[in-house]
Amino acid sequence: MQDFVWLIPLMPLISAIFLMVFSSKLPPTTVGFFGTGSVGMSALLTCNLTWGYLKDPDLFTVSLWTWMKVGELSANVGFHIDGLTIVMMMIITCVGFLIHLFSCEFMEHDKSYARYFAYLNMFVSAMLILVMSDNLLLLYLGWEGVGVCSYLLVGFWYQHSSNGRAARKAFIVTRIGDTAMMLGLLILFTELGTLDIQSLVSSAQVRWQTGDFMPTLACLLLLAGAAGKSAQFPLHTWLPDAMAGPTPVSALIHAATMVTAGVYLIARMHSLFIISPHAMMVIAVMGVGTALMAAFSALVQTDIKRILAYSTISQIGYMFLALGVGAWTAAVFHLMTHAFFKALLFLGSGAIIHCLHHEHDIFKMGGLWKRMPITFASFLIGSSALAALPFTSGFFSKDLILLSAYQLEEFGPILWAGGLLGALVTALYSFRLVFVVFFGRIQTLPNKENGWRIGLPLTILCVLSLVGGYFTLPLSNLFPMETNSHPATWVEVVSIATPLFGLLVAYILFIKIPSRIPKSLTSPQENTISRFLFSGWKLDEFYDRLLVSPYVRSTSILLDEPLDKLYNTIVLVNQKLHKWLSFSQSGRMRWYMVSVAIGFIILLGIAIAIPRGLSEW
Amino acid sequence: MQDLVVPLNHVLFVSTLLFTIGMLGLMIRRNIIFILMSLEVMLNASALAFIAAGAHWGQPDGQVIFLLILSVAAAEVAVGLGLVLQIQKRFNSLDMDDANRMRG
Repeated sequence: MQDFVWLIPLMPLISAIFLMVFSSKLPPTTVGFFGTGSVGMSALLTCNLTWGYLKDPDLFTVSLWTWMKVGELSANVGFHIDGLTIVMMMIITCVGFLIHLFSCEFMEHDKSYARYFAYLNMFVSAMLILVMSDNLLLLYLGWEGVGVCSYLLVGFWYQHSSNGRAARKAFIVTRIGDTAMMLGLLILFTELGTLDIQSLVSSAQVRWQTGDFMPTLACLLLLAGAAGKSAQFPLHTWLPDAMAGPTPVSALIHAATMVTAGVYLIARMHSLFIISPHAMMVIAVMGVGTALMAAFSALVQTDIKRILAYSTISQIGYMFLALGVGAWTAAVFHLMTHAFFKALLFLGSGAIIHCLHHEHDIFKMGGLWKRMPITFASFLIGSSALAALPFTSGFFSKDLILLSAYQLEEFGPILWAGGLLGALVTALYSFRLVFVVFFGRIQTLPNKENGWRIGLPLTILCVLSLVGGYFTLPLSNLFPMETNSHPATWVEVVSIATPLFGLLVAYILFIKIPSRIPKSLTSPQENTISRFLFSGWKLDEFYDRLLVSPYVRSTSILLDEPLDKLYNTIVLVNQKLHKWLSFSQSGRMRWYMVSVAIGFIILLGIAIAIPRGLSEW
Repeated sequence: MQDLVVPLNHVLFVSTLLFTIGMLGLMIRRNIIFILMSLEVMLNASALAFIAAGAHWGQPDGQVIFLLILSVAAAEVAVGLGLVLQIQKRFNSLDMDDANRMRG
């Protein structure tokens, strides 16, 4: 099996190239077959790999060829397979396969069906390279690859200029993080002389003491890259706008896989981050802050996909909290369960949007539970897992994160309290979503039934969201041992009870007394606070004022500088002369002949006149 | 050579006259065949001047140049008639002003 590992990212890549080359000539069924089938093959190969790994867990590295060798830098194209890689690969290929299957039906009537699948396959391939790579340079290649695919897919319906703007925003904001990450890589390379992850980490542990300046700087730069990709404060503003893309894309890229790349990066480099407690503290605080901010924003959104986008930001905040407190396993565990239930929620919202004439506003839905039972079930299960109700998958992972946070010395309880508040708001907004969309009066009637290609992925993801919490991840020998002592019982009880309380509040607000729902939760433009939250804490406006408009203004000043005027004059003179000369080029033989004769006579006159004049002078 | 029957001046005058006729033909005519004929007239006018000058000074150079002009004229006619055929085929006319695609 080890010899065929390279086939896993290659399959979707081949399919992507094939679809790009022959895009216009293929019938839709063939496109769907290749697009979905290639990811399915990767999924099967990954399952086989996982099976072998679970039976005989030893990590191995496959070096394919030397990518580049410049001076001391030599980068292999090589894959490193261990427990973390296996978990990520399973998520990417299996969830990716289900989303591809869903897309077959969701995008059926789109004109650019083949282009869609080509991008999607290319994304899966780049993401697999990202998680499988054994050195940071190849990882960076995958990192940029997923960024490009995200750009292409957010702007997939490029006919609307707002979608193009969203795509550019997503790309540019993540580029800021990527540039910081590149600087981090350069620091690591100049300090340690290698980019191979395993040797880099081991030489970092030898070379640096805990709390040194250099590792902290490198970690913070890597963290900036991770924050850009994973949509963490202050670089999270692109994710809600990225919902302009097709819904399955949001499920695959902006919920299950790409946005968790930052979490993966930090988990992969955990031995480096342990050296720098300050960076760890920054990660934890950033995680809690983002989780709270985004949760409150999600509470007042009215667009179904924006609610889910803010909730994704918030949940990744929890993963960062777990990373920051050193609960690596909990972070990866939550990454996995989040991939299940958030993909489920996004696909469910896709199913609703598909049936309701592309309606996004939740207050124009309602009473859908009888009409769309499978979608209702998936939303119910997905929201329960998102809110971490007991015995769903989200419960186990989030509980683990909160308890690990509580056990951190000094600031632990504060982080725990912040996370708990976030959990309360999470329960509130996720059940607000369920109650508003599926109960109450019917506002818009669904106009068609969803077929099996939408139903089957939803059903499988429902099962995974329910039982995902019982999986044991093969991570035990990868991460340092975490403290397993249980905190006081009341802490656990409060952690479990909080989401239930949130559910109760949501029930009372939206089902029991729907006439007295606070206005701020239904029409966010009504009062100042909800308007503030609705706009994502006004960060977009802030960045516009701080960065975008000064830039635009300075470019407009530079547009007509005096030096340009000089060059423009030269151009103008040339254009005038050109006009005159081209006027003489009339294309008439006789005209030329007359000009020749006149010229000849003039020359003759000169030839006669000048010698005479000379002799007189 | 003193025993030239016709004085040099007369020959040069005829030559100039021929040249002017050819040139006027080029300036006035639009039909492409007439333009070619005018060119021939101009070439031959200059050839005549060469012959007369060669005979006047008793030098062979004049006749050498005449042979050169003759061959140039032959080549010119060959190319020119080919062009005439092409222009006739493409523009369906022999008017030179119809083929003014390269203007401006």
